[in-house]
Amino acid sequence: MNINGRKRIFDIRPDELLADTLRRHDYTSVRKGCDTTSCGVCTILIDDEPVPSCAYLTVRAEGKKITTVEGIAEEAERLAGCFGDEGADQCGFCNPGIALSVHALKLSAKAPTEENIRHYLVGHLCRCSGYQSQVKAIRRYLGDTT
Amino acid sequence: MKKTKTVNQRIRSIDGKGIMMGRAAYTDDFAPKEALVIKVLRSPHAFARIKSIDKSKAEALPGVEIVLTHEDFPRNPFTRAGQGYPEPSPHDKYALDDHVRYVGDEVACVAAHDEETAEAALKLLEVDYEIKEPVLDFEKAKGHASIIHAEEGIHEMFPIGFEPEKNVAAAYHMEVDDVEKRLAESEVTVTSSFYTQAQSHTALEPHTVNARLDYQDRLVLYSATQTPFHVRRILSQALEIPLNKIRVIKPRVGGGFGGKQAIHGEMLAAMVTMKTKKPSRLTYTRKEVFEATYTRHPMRIDMRLGATKDGRITAIDCYGLSDTGAYGEHALTVFMVTGSKVLPLYNKVDAVRFHGDVVYTNRVSSGAYRGYGAIQGNYALESAIDMLAEKLGMDPVELRQKNMIAEGETSPIFEIMGEGTEGTAMNMETCKLDHCVKRGMELIGYKDKFPRREIGNNKLRSVGMAIAMQGSGIPYIDMGAATIKLNDDGFYNLLVGATDIGQGSDTILAQIAAEELGVDVEKVVVYSSDTDLTPFDAGAYASSTTYVSGNAVWKAAKTMKKRLIEEAARSLGVEVEDIDFRGTSFKSKKDGEELSLSDLSNTLFYNDDQKQLSVTESYYGTKSPPPFMAGFVEIEIDKETCEYEVVDYVSVVDCGVTINPKLAQGQVEGGIVQGLGMAMTEDVKIAANGKLVTADFLNYKIPTGKDIRKLTTEFAASYEESGPYGAKSVGEIGIDTPPAAIANAVYNALGVRIKSLPITPEKIQAARTEKD
Repeated sequence: MNINGRKRIFDIRPDELLADTLRRHDYTSVRKGCDTTSCGVCTILIDDEPVPSCAYLTVRAEGKKITTVEGIAEEAERLAGCFGDEGADQCGFCNPGIALSVHALKLSAKAPTEENIRHYLVGHLCRCSGYQSQVKAIRRYLGDTT
Repeated sequence: MKKTKTVNQRIRSIDGKGIMMGRAAYTDDFAPKEALVIKVLRSPHAFARIKSIDKSKAEALPGVEIVLTHEDFPRNPFTRAGQGYPEPSPHDKYALDDHVRYVGDEVACVAAHDEETAEAALKLLEVDYEIKEPVLDFEKAKGHASIIHAEEGIHEMFPIGFEPEKNVAAAYHMEVDDVEKRLAESEVTVTSSFYTQAQSHTALEPHTVNARLDYQDRLVLYSATQTPFHVRRILSQALEIPLNKIRVIKPRVGGGFGGKQAIHGEMLAAMVTMKTKKPSRLTYTRKEVFEATYTRHPMRIDMRLGATKDGRITAIDCYGLSDTGAYGEHALTVFMVTGSKVLPLYNKVDAVRFHGDVVYTNRVSSGAYRGYGAIQGNYALESAIDMLAEKLGMDPVELRQKNMIAEGETSPIFEIMGEGTEGTAMNMETCKLDHCVKRGMELIGYKDKFPRREIGNNKLRSVGMAIAMQGSGIPYIDMGAATIKLNDDGFYNLLVGATDIGQGSDTILAQIAAEELGVDVEKVVVYSSDTDLTPFDAGAYASSTTYVSGNAVWKAAKTMKKRLIEEAARSLGVEVEDIDFRGTSFKSKKDGEELSLSDLSNTLFYNDDQKQLSVTESYYGTKSPPPFMAGFVEIEIDKETCEYEVVDYVSVVDCGVTINPKLAQGQVEGGIVQGLGMAMTEDVKIAANGKLVTADFLNYKIPTGKDIRKLTTEFAASYEESGPYGAKSVGEIGIDTPPAAIANAVYNALGVRIKSLPITPEKIQAARTEKD
C-alpha cells in the first residue's frame, strides 16, 4: 500500500486490522480508543476519505492510498496553531484523527458551515474540550486556508 | 494585581503542535515491540468464590509465557485509590483474590507473545466458582445477609467507620447546633430525596501500562496515571518490591478525570515482568474500561431545608447513602466532599448536619471522578433550593443571593470536615459569587427568559440555574514540589511531579516560572513526571495543580531568581542590592555594567567558580481556597415528547487569576459538558445478574459535537492572595452545576421535578403523567 506517499510492503495476517498494522510500524498517530468505530481516534484517510482503521482489514488496503496525520504534516501544524489560539487542545488523544477529518472536509466542501463542522466532529468523541473551542479552532483554520 | 507578561496571557499550549502531529507521546507509544501482551480473565459472576483454577491447558498453549492467579501474589491488602498516605480508603483489595466481587473483577491474567494467543489462552482457563448471592441494590446493602468482604486481613488505616461485616466501607456524621430542633422551629421546610447515577469517565485513551526491567535490574513502568508517586508506593507495598527498585514514568496522558488516579493494570504488568524478566504491556479494551475500572459513586441524598417566611435558610440536614461498589476506593473522601464542598454555600444557617454511610455492593468499584461528591451534593441541594424558593414564593436567584456565602465570610464546616480527616478553618479571601450570579443573569437574559417562554411549534424555552464551589487541593496533606535548573545559554528545566493529563498543567506551570524569571515560556523546558527524575507531587486530583503545584513552581522560581542575583552580583563585583534583575540580563545600578543571563550561565558552567544552579521548593496548602461559579442554562423542550436540548450554558467563574485564560476556559467548558452528560444522558446500567449493559459508546451516550449548541464562559475579576499570581484551581468547578441547573430548567418549563439522574424525556413524561 501507499502510505503518506511512500510505498510500503508489510507481512500481515489475513484477519489483521489496519489500525494494528499501522501502530506496529510506528505510525503512532493512529490510536485505538473503543473497538466499536465510535470514537474516531483511529481515523485515517483511505483515498482521501476518513475511515476508522480499527474496523478495516489490512488486506483491503492493498494498493490503496493511505494518509495518516504524518502525511499532512504542514496542515496539521497549522491546525495545531489554531487549536492553540482557541485553547482547544487538551489531552490531544483525539487530535490527529480530527486533523484528518478536517483535511477531508476541506477537500470535500468549499465553504463548510459550523453545522458541517459539527457534523464531522460527531465521529470524533472528545471528553476534554466541550467541543466549542474545537469548532472555533477549525473555523479559524478553514478561514485561514480556504 | 501586578502587571504580568506571561501569566494571565493567552499562550498556546507548549505541546500542542507535537501532539497534533501524532508524535510518540502516550504510554502505549513506548511499549517495547517484543513486550508480552497481557490479557485478563474477568469474572462472569457478580459474587463468587474461586474454588479452583486449572491453568494447565492455557500454559501449554504455544506462545503463552505465564499465567498468574491469586496464588502467585503475596497476600497484602491495599487500596487502589491513589491518595496521600496513610490512605483514608480501606485496604480491602488484593492484586488477585480467591473471591470475585463484580462482573468484570480480575480472576487471572495471561501473558503471551501476541494478543491472539493471549486471548485464546484465556478461553482455556478452567475456573470452578462457588456462586454467592450478590448485593446489587445499594439501599439494601447495609446489614445484608451476603457479606461482600468477609476475608481476613483487610483493614482501615485510621478510623473511617469501616464495618465490612455490615457491608459498610465508611461512615460519617457531623452536626452543628441542633438540626432537628431548628427544622421543627422553621416556618417553611422542604424535604426530598435525590438519586444520582454511576457515570463513566471515558477518557479517550484507555487505561494502559507497560513494564520492563532496565539494565540495573529495576522495574520501569510507563503508566497512564494521574499519580505516579502513589503508583510506586502502592506497588511496592502490595508486591513487596523495594521502593528503590521501582521507577514509574508518566508520559502524555490521554485524559484522566479521576479515572486514572487509581492503580488498575499496574499490579499485573509489574508481576508479569518481575516473574518472566520480560517486558509486558496491558492496555484495557474499551469494554474493560467500562466494565472494570471506575465509575462515579451513585448516591441517594435526603435533603431537608428549613427557612423563615422571609427567606432566611435556618437549617440544612443532608443524609447520604453512597455506593462504593466492590471495593472502598475513595469511599469516605467522596462522601465527605458531598457535605464539605456543597453545604458551606449557604453558610448563614443556624444548624447543619451531614451524615450517612458508604456501602459495598457487587458492582464495579466507584472511585475518584472530577467533582467527586460535590456534583452529587450540588444536584440535591441546588434542586432543593429551587423547591424552597417556590414554597416561599421567591425568585430562586433572590433566595440564593440572600443566603449564599460571600467574600470575607466562613463556614464552621471548613474546620470540621476535611477529606477523610478534620478540616481546616478558613475565611473566603476571594468569593465573587455575587458577581458570578449577577453577570450570569445578564448573559443568559434571565429577566426576560425566567421561567419559560412559548416559542411556537409546540416548544418552550426555559432557564434554570445553580451555584457551586470546589476547593484548591487538600490542605496539610497533599504536597507538590518543583525543581528549576539553569542551563548554559540561559534557559531552564522545570521538573515537576505534577501530572499533566491533558489539562495543560505543563503549560501553566511553565508560564508561572517564566513570569517570575522574566523569560519567554520557550526558555522554560518542562518535564513531568518520573519518579526517578522529578520531585514529588501527590498528583493531578482534588483541583490541586494550579494552586499547590503552581505555588511550588512559584517558590522555586523566586529562589532561583535570588540565586541568580547573588551570582550576578559576585560576577559584576557589586552587592546584591545593586543588581537590577531583568530576566535575560542583570544590570549594576552602580556603574550601569550589564551581564546577560546567557553569559552568566556559560561562565557558571565553564569558566569561573563553576556550579550547577538548581533549586527545589515544595508547597502544601494551609487552606484550600474554593473556586466558585454560577451556571445558567437555557433549554428548548418539546411539550409533547419532552425531548430537550441545551440552547446555551452560561458559566461565570471565580477561580482567581487565570494563569492561562484559554486553558482555564477549556477546563470549565469541558467540565460543563461532562456535567451535562451526567445530567442528560449518561447512565451506567447493569442487568439483574450484575452484568454491565452499557459497555461501549453505542450504549453509553456521552455528548458529541452536535449535542451542545453554545457555551458562554466568563471569569470574574478576582485575586487570591495565597495563590500563585492570584490563582485558584479550576479543574473541577465546571462539572458541578449542570445536573441541578437542568433539573431546575425542566421544572421551570413543565412544572415537574426530576429527582433522579439522568433527566431523560422518559422520566419527564412519567413525572407529568403522575402529576396529572
